[in-house]
Amino acid sequence: MIEIKCRKIVGGKAKGQVLITTQPLNMLSMIDNVSGVIKDEKHELFKKTLKNKILIFPNSVGSSVGAYAFYSLKVNGVNPLAIICTHKCDTITASGCAISDIPLVDNLNFKTELMIENGTEIFLDADNEKIVINKV
Amino acid sequence: MDLTKEEENALNGKYGSGLEKAYKILEAIGKANNATKFIPIKWAHISGVNFNTIGEAGVKFLKDLDKNTSVSVTTTLNPMGYDSRLDNDLSANFKEKQRDIINSYTQLGVNPTFTCIPYEIFDLPKEGNVSFAESNAAVFSNSILGIKTNKESAISALASALTGKVPYSDLLIDEMRKPRIKIKLETKVESETDYGLLGYFAGKTINENSVGIEKIKDLNLMNGKALSAGLGTSGMCGMFSIKNHNNAELISFGKEEMNKTREELDTAEKGELIVFGSPQLGHTELDNLSKITKDKTFKKKCMIFCPRIVSESVRNREIILKLQKAGAEIICDACTCLTPLITRDNYDSIVTNSIKCAYYMKKSNKIDVALKDMRTIVTEYCE
Repeated sequence: MIEIKCRKIVGGKAKGQVLITTQPLNMLSMIDNVSGVIKDEKHELFKKTLKNKILIFPNSVGSSVGAYAFYSLKVNGVNPLAIICTHKCDTITASGCAISDIPLVDNLNFKTELMIENGTEIFLDADNEKIVINKV
Repeated sequence: MDLTKEEENALNGKYGSGLEKAYKILEAIGKANNATKFIPIKWAHISGVNFNTIGEAGVKFLKDLDKNTSVSVTTTLNPMGYDSRLDNDLSANFKEKQRDIINSYTQLGVNPTFTCIPYEIFDLPKEGNVSFAESNAAVFSNSILGIKTNKESAISALASALTGKVPYSDLLIDEMRKPRIKIKLETKVESETDYGLLGYFAGKTINENSVGIEKIKDLNLMNGKALSAGLGTSGMCGMFSIKNHNNAELISFGKEEMNKTREELDTAEKGELIVFGSPQLGHTELDNLSKITKDKTFKKKCMIFCPRIVSESVRNREIILKLQKAGAEIICDACTCLTPLITRDNYDSIVTNSIKCAYYMKKSNKIDVALKDMRTIVTEYCE
């Protein structure tokens, strides 16, 4: 078991499988917010769903209105359980998760691609600023 | 973040779910931007009004907000999608959603001003901190008026309007307002369109809070507005400074950079429709335009976007009548960004002097743009 420190942006706890990418996401243009599926065929998460996953990605890009896309995902019941930014958390993701009650942390020293692959189960405790990985 | 007892209580829901949500938003943004505390603001200006901008999710979010809460500082509102007093063929759904958005904001005590140029219309605070979501207004305020704001979003400015607070970060901190990079002007920048291109280049090239610009001594309102709007459109930069900054790293803006920037935005030879606006035109630009047109008329359909308070003021009556006589249509309460009033179905190309209009017409409305300054447009498109 490994425990990693992180920085809380929006509080809460979540346990689930990770969906991981090193590519940023444009929430407005790359996600189908009815199904939660990534619809941009150039993105490495193409056809994967955010629903019930803990999303690990660098950050969001694009218009600040992208924050409302997180709210759509939540309203449609296809939101990620929690989000970990591997770069400095951006304001789109921060405000999007805040209005949608999605736990959010960032961790700048998280060499995610070395430690975790898609489907790994983790526990994120944003309130206590820690990420627990059971199997590495 | 270091919160006061009252902020802590609000965050924990003691004063209702509206304030709780607002503080939650500001806390998240504050943390992301390394703020250590909240500070008070004197004014908020909210974007995210046009249904084309915020969509169904925005409508739902605003509807879901606790309406027992209300804004705690003077709050003004950006343009919406259309002019409700003019005929248009927009769908019933668009109009209904647009009305829902307006109702949500007005129930919170927001003034339905529908303008993106609050600095030309209202007595803004002379100093201190504000929360401005409209990018051209944020840049203009920081750079020309000297009031401080970060380049806020629809959501953060709304949260700040409700709480009267903003996270203390970035451009609110004096040290962060000093540019580390400045533009070295190596070509002539003359018309408002040139100033817009300069701003667009600076915003696109420099990922900093603030940018210095050399060799500009005096900026008139029209050029200052164009520079602010260009800068606000293309990147994260929320301020320019024309003061002398000796230690800043230099980036050149010469003929080549100017032409390359123009090529990106100037994609048509001619426009089928003349568009003025984005930012909306105020008294000075309307006056300029009416003087340049003299007694000529527009050869093509011409749309002028301006705030209702400007178009209906007694001071501008003659100017507006003259422009209408020249064939221009005056559109209030709306602006060109993501407007449903100019679509690819109706027009393949437009001509405008605005960099911001050109950018959104091409990117969102998929319409080609001929980019020319106001004087050239009048020369070529009036008779």
